[in-house]
Amino acid sequence: MLLSVENLQVQFGRLQALAGVSFSVNRGEVLGLVGESGSGKSLSAMAVMGLLPLSGGRVSGGSIHFDGTDLGSLSPKAYRKIRGGKVALVTQNPMTSLDPVVRVGQQIDQAALLHLPVDRTEAKARTLALMDRLRIPNAEMVYTLYPHQLSGGLRQRIVIAMALAGEPDLLIADEPTTALDVTVQAQIIQLLIELVQERDLGLVLITHDMGVVARTCDRVAVMYCGRIVETGPVEAIFASPRHPYTRALIGCIPRHDMAPGDLVGIPGVVPSVAAMPSGCRFHPRCAQAVSRCFTEVPPLSAAGDNHASACFLTDQPGEAS
Amino acid sequence: MADYVLRRILALIPVFFFVTVVVFMIVHLVPGDPIDNLVRIGVTPEQKALIAARYGLDQPLYLQYWRWLTLVLQGDFGSAIVLRRPVMDLIRENIGYSLTLGGLALCFSALVGITTGAIAAAWRNTLVDKSIMGVVLLGSTVPAFWLGLLLILLFAVTLGWLPVSGAKHWTALILPVVTVGLGGMALVARVTRVSMMDIGRQDFVTLLHAKGVPAWAVQVRHVLRHALIPVVTLLSLRIGLIVGGSVTVEYVFARPGIGSLLIRALGQRDYPVVQGCLLMLAMAVMIGTLLGDLVQAAMDPRQREESR
Amino acid sequence: MSLSLKTQGAATLRLLGKPFGGIGGAICGAGLGLFIFVALFAPLLAPYAYDAQDLARIGLPPSAENWFGTDEFGRDVLSRVIYGARISLSVGLTAVALSASAGILIGALCGYFGGRFDRITMAAIDLTWCFPEILLALVLVAILGPGLNSTVIAIAVAYLAQFTRLTRTQVRALKGETFVEVSRCLGAGHAHILLRHLLPNALAPVIVVAMLTTGDAILLEATLGFFGMGAQPPTPSWGAMMSSGSAQLFNAPWVVIIPGLFVALSVIFINVYGDAILAALDVKNRIRRA
Repeated sequence: MLLSVENLQVQFGRLQALAGVSFSVNRGEVLGLVGESGSGKSLSAMAVMGLLPLSGGRVSGGSIHFDGTDLGSLSPKAYRKIRGGKVALVTQNPMTSLDPVVRVGQQIDQAALLHLPVDRTEAKARTLALMDRLRIPNAEMVYTLYPHQLSGGLRQRIVIAMALAGEPDLLIADEPTTALDVTVQAQIIQLLIELVQERDLGLVLITHDMGVVARTCDRVAVMYCGRIVETGPVEAIFASPRHPYTRALIGCIPRHDMAPGDLVGIPGVVPSVAAMPSGCRFHPRCAQAVSRCFTEVPPLSAAGDNHASACFLTDQPGEAS
Repeated sequence: MADYVLRRILALIPVFFFVTVVVFMIVHLVPGDPIDNLVRIGVTPEQKALIAARYGLDQPLYLQYWRWLTLVLQGDFGSAIVLRRPVMDLIRENIGYSLTLGGLALCFSALVGITTGAIAAAWRNTLVDKSIMGVVLLGSTVPAFWLGLLLILLFAVTLGWLPVSGAKHWTALILPVVTVGLGGMALVARVTRVSMMDIGRQDFVTLLHAKGVPAWAVQVRHVLRHALIPVVTLLSLRIGLIVGGSVTVEYVFARPGIGSLLIRALGQRDYPVVQGCLLMLAMAVMIGTLLGDLVQAAMDPRQREESR
Repeated sequence: MSLSLKTQGAATLRLLGKPFGGIGGAICGAGLGLFIFVALFAPLLAPYAYDAQDLARIGLPPSAENWFGTDEFGRDVLSRVIYGARISLSVGLTAVALSASAGILIGALCGYFGGRFDRITMAAIDLTWCFPEILLALVLVAILGPGLNSTVIAIAVAYLAQFTRLTRTQVRALKGETFVEVSRCLGAGHAHILLRHLLPNALAPVIVVAMLTTGDAILLEATLGFFGMGAQPPTPSWGAMMSSGSAQLFNAPWVVIIPGLFVALSVIFINVYGDAILAALDVKNRIRRA
């Protein structure tokens, strides 16, 4: 396993934001981390990057292993070598993810200079090659521009180039296409998939779009309110989703054969961290909830090959509603 | 960049003319006959007529203004009524003192303010932060002249370390610089702290950490650099306030300078001197704002394009 | 339309009902309240008349009879500080009220109508920014003649640009919003739109800035008083007290130190309390940028 996260718990002060999250990724594999906003997807990413202290959070339990190393036991300096060098992050909003007063080329160079034994000239050459690979036109010219002079799609390619410049083994992409035009979204996703195959990377793709998951991921972990509620191979998840929440998410994908009104949302809202429901955290929004769901936390239990779901009603596979 | 500089300078020209109109009008706004405001009490009507002719006060207002303006542009503000010397000579004698005091106070504000603000931001919500911000709150709420008096009392009278007043020895500069600079320092520290915390929350900072940039380098090379953009604006606007602030401080420390020249002239109703001083101070403010804009444009590529 | 008015009402309610932001805000609010109380009831609270001279008791340090000592004419400093609160606070408040009202009026008209009227007016008003506030006020008082009225006017002019700019920006930003468009489409006139829609929504930040500016105004009044340009003797304003006391700085420092302390305290109270209200109302997020 390249990355394996076991029973990860994260707290902000006294509030528990992640209540035992486990997932893993191999080289050359794409894991989809899915859920609504507030489900803890981005927090999981920040925890792996070791950047929780920036927002005032901390890991309060569980472990994160990367390539056999327990990241929790690393010194700050050693952790810094991992960031950008072994594990890299692609963030959601390319408009705000680049330093507005530094030329984009230099921002890419910086990652290489930090993690690879290269000098400035070499770093620049690598950056230009990388920009070419990411199909950035006129790389020489774009290298000297400032972020505000680029389009959203180009900026996101720069962010990806920045992530790749340190030659990492694992990429965490946190909603990499949400802020982009629909036409550009597909290109960026396509690019990420190509890179995974080419460089034998592991990719954690964080998204709330089941459509994207269906097209790109090998495995899926569905998160809700700081817990994993279902996990398994992408085919199994879509063919026989076990958790009502997963079914609901799949129901949110628009299809061309749908009649008007067929597209359903999920009733209710994601509860806040401060007011978590007891028992299964999805029960207030679940149509099938039984009395047990109100009091007991359903454990993640096997529902097939590598497929597990945290629902008391898991034994009855349902149709995507 | 060059054409940005040119545009900014050109934009100042109309402002300069507006300011000269205001300054010119002062003599005509004060109650009484403008001639009386330009001469000493007790001069004979003949002398009055002579001065009226010298200033062209018998002509229509716009001609008077034009005449005055052409003289001013050649560096001639007329003669001081009380001191009976060309105003320009008085300004020339005093401006060095003001520039020294103002410049040093500005440096003090900038260096101490940015350092303490950055320290407070780095250790936010700790005792360090709270004590710095406490001092900063005091610095921005205490009247400058009062602080000056207290410093004199403590360091010059009680401890006897520094001279009470005057401008003979460089040590006489310490108390005035601190007094003038403290208000600016407080403001700079506040803005530095807030803007560092604001910038620190932005995505690109997270991404810098994610890239593996050492935490200190993120703070100093990236966050501080951004945080300094508003600080530079503030400092350039402060130039005016520092000049204004030094008016009271020059007075308290009995230092020569444009400020004390102006205060004395106001008390003596010596309007040519008032006009000369005001124009110099307004120009200091304008040049300060211009410099601020230019430094800001040099630091932030977005600025250069936005103001097109 | 009803929505905007409702939120405005709610904001006002919160302004009245939740004025304390944290302990610092509460303490400073209470201190400010105490100062205003003292200023209002000065004649009842002051142990002596502010102008009662006692030449046998000149320049005495603080004691049981004279808590803050006596000045160069043997007057009780405590009594003068109490009466001085009246002058200093009321000058600060009046000047800011005047400045804010004028600024709101001019700013609203400029922001609403725009065009050449706007450009010329704003150019004229921005001119005051070419002079440091203290200088502007000093020169104005010198022109108008020393005294409290000219002090008030001078301070009001010194802060006029700030209020005008702020109101203008608010009104300009609001002008483009949907509810104003809707109202216009329904046939509302200029006066109706300005008074019922634009001003109520533009006012909240202006009021908060006005509150914070009051602290600066008190500071400015003290400075003018220190130069002998404000209240004329024997009327005690804090600035004037420091002015006359500074001659005796080495013999009777309390005459200077104590009024300055009160200036500093009232400015601190106003700033901290104002910041607390600002935080409680979250006004910063409601300030619109052009």
